[in-house]
Amino acid sequence: MQQGGDIGATRPVLDVRRLKTVFNLGSAEVHAVNDVSFHVRRGELLGVVGESGSGKSVTMMSLVGLLASPPAEVRGGEVLLDGIDILKLTPRALSDIRGARIGFVFQDPMTSLNPVLTVGDQLAEPLIRHKGMDRRRAAARAVELLEMVGIPDARARMSGYPHQFSGGMRQRVMIAIALACEPDLLIADEPTTALDVTIQAQIIDLMQDLRQKLGMAVIWITHDLGVVAEIADRVMVMYGGQVVEEAPVRDLFAAPRHPYTRALLRTVPALDGARLHRLNTIEGQPPILFEAPGACSFRHRCDHADAQCACVNPDCCKVAAARDATDDPKSGHFVACHHVPALPGAEARAVAVDA
Amino acid sequence: MLTYALRRLLLAIPTLLLISLIIFLMVDLAPGSPMSEIPRSIPPEARQKMIEALGADQPVLVRYLLWLRQFFLIEPAYLIDGWFGTSLGGGAQRILSWQSRAPVFDVIGQRLGQTMTVIGAGYVIAVLIAVPIGVYSAYRHYSWFDQVGTFIAMIGYSVPTFFTGVLLIVIFAVNLGWFPSYYDTSLTVTDFATFKRQVWQMALPVTVLALFHAAEISRYTRSSMLDNLGQDYVRTARAKGLLEPQVVLKHALRNSLIPVVTVLALGMPSIFGGSIIVEQVFKVNGIGAALIGAIVANDLPMVQTLTFIFAVLIVVFNLVADLLYGMLDPRIRYE
Ligand SMILES: Nc1ncnc2c1ncn2[C@@H]1O[C@H](COP(=O)(O)OP(=O)(O)OP(=O)(O)O)[C@@H](O)[C@H]1O
Ligand SMILES: [Mg+2]
Repeated sequence: MQQGGDIGATRPVLDVRRLKTVFNLGSAEVHAVNDVSFHVRRGELLGVVGESGSGKSVTMMSLVGLLASPPAEVRGGEVLLDGIDILKLTPRALSDIRGARIGFVFQDPMTSLNPVLTVGDQLAEPLIRHKGMDRRRAAARAVELLEMVGIPDARARMSGYPHQFSGGMRQRVMIAIALACEPDLLIADEPTTALDVTIQAQIIDLMQDLRQKLGMAVIWITHDLGVVAEIADRVMVMYGGQVVEEAPVRDLFAAPRHPYTRALLRTVPALDGARLHRLNTIEGQPPILFEAPGACSFRHRCDHADAQCACVNPDCCKVAAARDATDDPKSGHFVACHHVPALPGAEARAVAVDA
Repeated sequence: MLTYALRRLLLAIPTLLLISLIIFLMVDLAPGSPMSEIPRSIPPEARQKMIEALGADQPVLVRYLLWLRQFFLIEPAYLIDGWFGTSLGGGAQRILSWQSRAPVFDVIGQRLGQTMTVIGAGYVIAVLIAVPIGVYSAYRHYSWFDQVGTFIAMIGYSVPTFFTGVLLIVIFAVNLGWFPSYYDTSLTVTDFATFKRQVWQMALPVTVLALFHAAEISRYTRSSMLDNLGQDYVRTARAKGLLEPQVVLKHALRNSLIPVVTVLALGMPSIFGGSIIVEQVFKVNGIGAALIGAIVANDLPMVQTLTFIFAVLIVVFNLVADLLYGMLDPRIRYE
C-alpha cells in the first residue's frame, strides 16, 4: 500500500467548491448536497464513505448533470475540471465530457447495461461518440478493451447480450465502457456492492491494476471501510449531504476526529465484534434535510452535542497537517465539528477501539 | 424458434376444435329459426321443403361434423382452386349462407377488402401518431404537452366510437358538408378522381378508429417509456455521453416497444370486433356488417363461420405476439 507523497503537489484534476444540490419536489425541497467541497489529483484515489442517504451518489451525479432535472437542481458551487467550471457548460458540451473525460461505473451491473443491445455495441458507443471512430475501428478497439478488463474469448463475446454474462463479467464490461475513452477521472459508485466477495476482490484488483496503467484519478464510493483502507489515498466522510471529515487514509484511520467517523469506524466488525453496528441502533437513518442545514446535522446522534451544535453548522476546517506533509494547502486533515479541540486527536484511536 | 412455432400451432388445433364445437352449439341453441322471417302466409309444406333444402332439419351434431369437414377440407380446396385454377374441390358442397344461398367464404372474401382498408388505415395511422406522442409525453412527463395528451387520450379512450362517429358525421358531413356521411361500397378506384373520392369517404371512419386506438396505444407507449427512462441502463447511456436522441430513441425506445408491440399484436383480433360498430355507423359494407346482418337473419352458417374465424385470429395473434416478443427481447429464447 503506497500513498500520497509524490502526487501531493500535482494540481487537482477535479476541484469541487461549495456544491449545492436540491431536489425540488413541489411541496417540499430536499437539500441533498450542502456546500460540498473536495478535490482529486491525477493518479489519486479518493474514497468516499458515509451511511446510506448521506448524499454520496447525488454529489457525484450532480457534477456531470446525470440527475433528472426536475426534480434535481444544482443551486450553486463550482466544479472545476482542469480549471474549467463544467457547471457553466451547455448540456451538449457537458455530454462531450461524460464518458470522454469522466467515466462512470455504477453499483448494479445487472441493470446498468441495456438488455437488448449487444455488449460489443454498447462498448463501441462511447468510442463512436467521442473518438469519431467508425463502426469497424470501434469494434476492434472494443475487443482490446474487453481483453484489457480480463474477459476471456473477447472477440466471440462481443455479440453476446448482457444476460449471457455473469455479474462479475458485466461489471468488467461496465469498467471497460467507463475506460473506453481513457478518462482523466473515473467515478465508481459502489462498484462492488452487488457482487459476491471473491468477485469483489477480483474487481478491486482489476481497478488497482488499471489505475496504475492508465494513471487516472479515481473517486470510489463504498460502504466497505476495509476496501477504503486498502485502496484509497485519501478519504472523505459524508453525513447529511455534507463533508464531515477528510484526510489522508492513514491519518483518518489512525486518528479519526469527527464523532461520526469514530462511530462509523466502530461499526467495522474487525475492531470490535460486540459493538457491531452500535451506531445504527442509536437512531435509524441520517436526516432528510428539508431545509439547508443551519446546525450540525449529526447532533441528534452525537454524545458531544451542546447548545452551539444546535445553532451553528460547523465549517470543515483543517485541524492538522497531513503526516506526509507537503506545502499544498489543500492537503491535511479536515473536520467539521465544534468539539475537535476538545477531542484530543492522539487518543482518538483508543476511543475508536474501546469507547 | 421454428419448432416452437410449429409446436404451438399443433397445440392450438385441439383448442380450436373445442372452441368451434362450443360456438356451434351456442349459436344453435339461441332462439329463432332461419324461417322466422318468412311470411306466415306460406303453406307449411313449402316451409318444410325450404328448411330441408337448407339442411336445417338435420340433428345439430350431424350439421357440426359436416361444417367441420367443409371448413377444414372443402373450403381450403376451393381456395386453392381459386388461386391456381385446379379443381380440388370437385363440386363438393360448400358452406352456404342460409340468407343469400351463396358460399359463406365468397361473401367474406368480398367484404374483407373493405374492412381491411378502413380498419388497416385506421390502425396504421393510430400507431404512427400514437408512438411519437407516447414517447414525447414520457420524455417530458408532466409538461403541458403531456397533460394535454393525457386529457385527450382519456377522452379518446372513454368516449365510444359510435358517439365520435355520429358526432363527426353531424359536424363534418351534415353541417359542413366536407365529407360524405356514409361509405359507398360500390366505388372502385380507377383513376385519380375516384381515388380522391375513396380517400374522402374513408376519412371519417378512419379518423374515428385512429383516434380511439391512438389514445390507447399512446398510453401504453408512454407508460412503458416512462418505466424504461428511469432504468439504470439509461443512466449508463447518458454517462457515456450519448446525445439525447440516441439515449431516448435507441436505448429507451427499443426496450419500451417490446411490450407495446405485444399488446398491438394481441389487440389485433379485437379491432375487427370493435370495427363492427364503426362499420354500422358509416355503412361500410365489411365483415362487421356481414356479421350483424347474419345475426339479424338467423343465418347460422355465416354466424358460426365468422365467429370461428375471430377465434382463429385470436389464437394466431397470440402466437404472433409470443414470437415477436422472442424476436425483440434477446433474453427470451424458445426451445
Ligand atoms: N430523486 C430524488 N428525489 C428526492 N430526494 C432524493 C432523490 N434522490 C436522492 N434523494 C435524497 O438525496 C439524499 C442522498 O441520496 P444519495 O443517493 O446520494 O445517498 P447515498 O449516500 O448515495 O446512499 P447509498 O449509500 O444508499 O447509495 C437521500 O437522503 C435522498 O432522500
Ligand atoms: Mg448511492
